[in-house]
Amino acid sequence: MNEQTTAVPARWQDEVFDLLRRAGVTQFGYVPDAGHTILIDRSIADPDVYAIALTTEEEGVALIAGADLGGARGVLLMQSSGVGNCINMLSLINSGRFPFLALVTMRGDFGEGNPWQYPMGQAVVPVLQAVGVTCLRADTPAEALAAVSAAITMVFQAGQAVAVLFTQKLLGAKRF
Amino acid sequence: MTSPASDLAADAPIFELDRREALPALIGRHEDFLIVAGLAGTARDIAALTQNAPHGFTMGGAMGGACMIGLGLALAQRDRRILVVTGDGELLMNVGALATVALMNPPNLSIICVDNGHYGETGYQKSHTSLGTDLERMASGAGIKLTRTVQRAADIPSGAQLLRQGNATVFVLLRVNTGEPPVYKRIWDPVVNRAQFRTGLLGR
Repeated sequence: MNEQTTAVPARWQDEVFDLLRRAGVTQFGYVPDAGHTILIDRSIADPDVYAIALTTEEEGVALIAGADLGGARGVLLMQSSGVGNCINMLSLINSGRFPFLALVTMRGDFGEGNPWQYPMGQAVVPVLQAVGVTCLRADTPAEALAAVSAAITMVFQAGQAVAVLFTQKLLGAKRF
Repeated sequence: MTSPASDLAADAPIFELDRREALPALIGRHEDFLIVAGLAGTARDIAALTQNAPHGFTMGGAMGGACMIGLGLALAQRDRRILVVTGDGELLMNVGALATVALMNPPNLSIICVDNGHYGETGYQKSHTSLGTDLERMASGAGIKLTRTVQRAADIPSGAQLLRQGNATVFVLLRVNTGEPPVYKRIWDPVVNRAQFRTGLLGR
């Protein structure tokens, strides 16, 4: 992995995108987020995938279920605050045993300066677990790639629901 | 119409059609579509119409998800026509999905909103569409180009034709009275429904 101190920013997210594409993911549902910029931009630029801008994260949960009904694979890109918007819709995933993959950029976590982000940031793991989604945390670029690889197997081979959490140790806390 | 009052009356929504007749007439040959039905009334409508056939996925919860399930399916299956049948209450719960659908605008997706102006499942409380909200105008405002309101028997043929038009996403608002949807023992287990749908469509 490149060090954060090199002139060229570390682009571990490019490798995440390539992992998803190699796994056959063609529907990228997203709510705009600074931490997901590279993945969002790559999905928009890729002519073989659909980049689907959502008005709220729960739309992405239903989108992924629909993709699965049609034999396609999707991923939901969102921030931790968006997890709260998904909970009831995740009953579709849980009760139907749909494969479900989400990549979550964390706020309200390591070094957060905005108090509004804490309630949902700290609730991400317990609420996702409560509704049947397994959480994998990633604190470094190497952990992020390992977690996404593991999640791809868990979701698309074993049919599980998995969220990979990109923590603020990995992303850096937003400055105010 | 001459007076402003009667102009208003002319624009007033008409909740008169019987869903048990109007919806099957509007859909026509249901086998031509892969169908996603929202929870409660529209799930009963579609289960009865298709006799729980594999080309239907009928919801029992996750209120507000039908349009987006339809979008994911439409993007996955570009050679098939996808029909979402949702209710006014279900659509209102996640009405932003209309904007997302409009943005992607898959030409193989049509949405019918069966609008009885009430939350039938919970005791027929009035919904916003009985009180002034017009979901066809919201769909149009969201950016869906092909929209239509069907509220008289005479409106059904052109609505049916629009549903099968193939150059943009279609939204049809079907206004009906508060008569009950058909009674039908539908598939309640989404694991079973998912497996049946995928096996019918994909063979796996």
